[in-house]
Amino acid sequence: MTTALRQPAVDMAAPRLEMRGISKIFPGIKALDRVNIALKAGEVTALIGENGAGKSTLVKILTGIYQPDEGEILLDSQPVTFTNAQGAIDAGVTAIHQETVLFDDLTVGENIYLGHAPRTRFGLIDWKTMNTKAASLLQALETEIDPAMRLRDLSIAQRHLVAIARALSVESGIVIMDEPTAALSRKEIDDLFRIVTRLKAQGKAILFISHKFDEVYEIAENYVVFRDGQSVGAGQLADAGQNEIVRLMVGRDVAKAFPKVDVAIGRPVLTVENYCHETEYRDISFDLRRGEILGLYGLIGAGRSEICQSLFGISRPSSGRLTMDGKDLSIRSSADAIAAGIVYVPEERGRHGVALPMPIFQNMSLPSLSRTSRSGFLRAAEELKLSRTYAERLDLRAAALSVPVGTLSGGNQQKVVIGKWLATRPKVIILDEPTKGIDIGSKAAVHGFISELAAEGLSIIMISSELPEILGMSDRVLVMHEGLSAGLFERDQLNAETLVRAATGNMQGQE
Amino acid sequence: MSALTDPTNSDSAQTRRAIPDRLGTPFTRILASWEVLLLIVAVVIFIANAFASPYFLNAWNLSDATFNFTEKALIAFAMALLIIAGEIDLSVAAIIALASTAMGAAAQMGLGTPALVLIGVGTGLACGAVNGFLVSGLKLPSIVVTIGTMSLFRGLSYMVLGDKAYGGYPASFAYFGQGYVVWVFSFEFALFAVAAVVFAVLLHATNFGRQVYVIGNNPFAARFSGVPVERVKFILFLLTGLMSGIAAVCLTSRLGSTRPSIAQGWELEVVTMVVLGGISILGGSGTIGGVVIAAFVMGLVTFGLGLLNVPGIVMSIFIGLLLIITIALPIVARRMKGRSLR
Repeated sequence: MTTALRQPAVDMAAPRLEMRGISKIFPGIKALDRVNIALKAGEVTALIGENGAGKSTLVKILTGIYQPDEGEILLDSQPVTFTNAQGAIDAGVTAIHQETVLFDDLTVGENIYLGHAPRTRFGLIDWKTMNTKAASLLQALETEIDPAMRLRDLSIAQRHLVAIARALSVESGIVIMDEPTAALSRKEIDDLFRIVTRLKAQGKAILFISHKFDEVYEIAENYVVFRDGQSVGAGQLADAGQNEIVRLMVGRDVAKAFPKVDVAIGRPVLTVENYCHETEYRDISFDLRRGEILGLYGLIGAGRSEICQSLFGISRPSSGRLTMDGKDLSIRSSADAIAAGIVYVPEERGRHGVALPMPIFQNMSLPSLSRTSRSGFLRAAEELKLSRTYAERLDLRAAALSVPVGTLSGGNQQKVVIGKWLATRPKVIILDEPTKGIDIGSKAAVHGFISELAAEGLSIIMISSELPEILGMSDRVLVMHEGLSAGLFERDQLNAETLVRAATGNMQGQE
Repeated sequence: MSALTDPTNSDSAQTRRAIPDRLGTPFTRILASWEVLLLIVAVVIFIANAFASPYFLNAWNLSDATFNFTEKALIAFAMALLIIAGEIDLSVAAIIALASTAMGAAAQMGLGTPALVLIGVGTGLACGAVNGFLVSGLKLPSIVVTIGTMSLFRGLSYMVLGDKAYGGYPASFAYFGQGYVVWVFSFEFALFAVAAVVFAVLLHATNFGRQVYVIGNNPFAARFSGVPVERVKFILFLLTGLMSGIAAVCLTSRLGSTRPSIAQGWELEVVTMVVLGGISILGGSGTIGGVVIAAFVMGLVTFGLGLLNVPGIVMSIFIGLLLIITIALPIVARRMKGRSLR
């Protein structure tokens, strides 16, 4: 570390990687404005910022997908330029993305070594070496996945491990983790953090991007805060309190994160009895009362979304009984569910929630067309009126109601989805991971809004993988484990440990 | 527009930013729209034809020119809806062959004109139902299904007719392909105009049309919003079959005979017309107005080339090139636009 003198920072070690004065300008937007960031070997640096603060742009520059308009990148104090993604890989920068693209029909080994598989002397893929190397990589991640297995036979958490193994299969000194925990449950996050700790011990410099403060404090040593494309603060997490970082991030104090208000809970609205599905869930029973927020907690793949999609008519239960307001209800399509007053805000907004190229008002009015139209003919004025009502109520930010939903930010797209369902005047609203991928400022707004809906007498089922959200918002929590009910907990029984134990199947004699 | 804000919500409306209903569409953007560009092309071809041939600017010649596109356009309107919904029907020309064969066989048995029309249209509907069942019932990909039924329907026609031809249609049957409503305006042209209006209303002014667009843009979101996706698709195949049956009546009536090779290769021209009309081959966007203009453009081009004695093979090459260029143009343009934004 002969170059240590070049560094004015208190640490003796020079950063493995340093970005100085990096700017990136898109038409009309300065996505990054002279930001600085330094990653040290053997340490985790957390990159914190709201959506749109420039985190993704920075990752794309570091991985060679974008080229900066100004500034320099220093690798071991030597200036480097990454002209493309391969350039970044060659320099030893690797990234684990939030949603990594893997191939279902290839084996685990092939997925890990796709594009850089070891070759025999004849230039063919050296399967033996590849599988051996893949196996040792997976072993290093403390998992027993066979490299010869097809990816489609793995669970979601196992796939994630394969994605991590893929990122580590190239010789790399710098690892970027872009919201790696977004799709993971608590147990899987713990496993991931053990891996991160191991990588640290190997001397890798890690950039960790997350929305979740508890994780950041758990795993990272240093932080950099971005706001509106500028780096507004950096330092060691040990010296910084959470409030201080939140203030840096949003530029103001954030009100209480979970504005759950006490609502008088009424009689049961929806009763689910012995719901079964051939593969996804078995023997699920619960009731949902007026004004109640029922949390639905569990690991990924526990069957939470699946049971809710059955309630919404997307899939059909193999047996079971559903009653609403005491009357039997048969739901064979989502049209039936909407007519009965049950609506579902899906987890994947862009994929299931909206038609991105279509105007806001056409998306908003879609499930309410029977009300806005007259004998099958559209009435644009009625659609616009309906959309305006909910756009204003949700404080939607858009240039006009006729612009495509795809031009809006993620948070505003979510508002369009929620608005379109509220417009149907539902009795029961199912929210599947309502704040996934949403920054902290918008999160509080979404939570406030959920409370408001409950206060108006709506019944809410909220699927969430985030414990603080479940604990903060729910009146009762149904925990699911591998398709079975693992307990229904009242608000006064709620604590993190109980829920996690139920969700992971460690009931230890509790019944 | 601000006067429209809900009075019950006025206090919050003042603190929040009012969102206008629509942005004023800039004049330049209207000018650059596909439909307007196509209209300019149509006018240019019209003028070029007028200079190229002294026979072109004659009311009866122009009326003859419309026969080059009216039958195909009838199918193209239904095909437009199908392609917007993200599906395609390549069996339309084969449906014409089968419907025409059925009508020919019925004419041999001495059935009258009304029965023949019913049989032609009914055969079209039945073929559409087969396609619809295979695609929306069994959830098979439409491109493969309709390549299969294309071969199947025309194969049936060949099996019945071999190298023979049906003729001997009743005299009154000739009206659909040869009759005139007033002056130079043929029955086919009148049917084309009526169908254009009906399909434009169906696509642009009804709930059904909105569902077609949503399915094409995002079939998942459509399903999650209570749109009966499979039912809509089935209806669209039925409509395409129906329009193919109607086209079969017109074409058979115009030719006065049925051979199994009737309307050979029309599926290509129909799809070309739809895509040229600005309907995205990827689904989700386009207008009936565009298809109407595209019908005129293709009719004028083929008629103009015919007046110049260009052989049929060259026309086929021309249609093929037109299809590839019109599919590639918007996609390449979008990619270049995306690159310049980066």
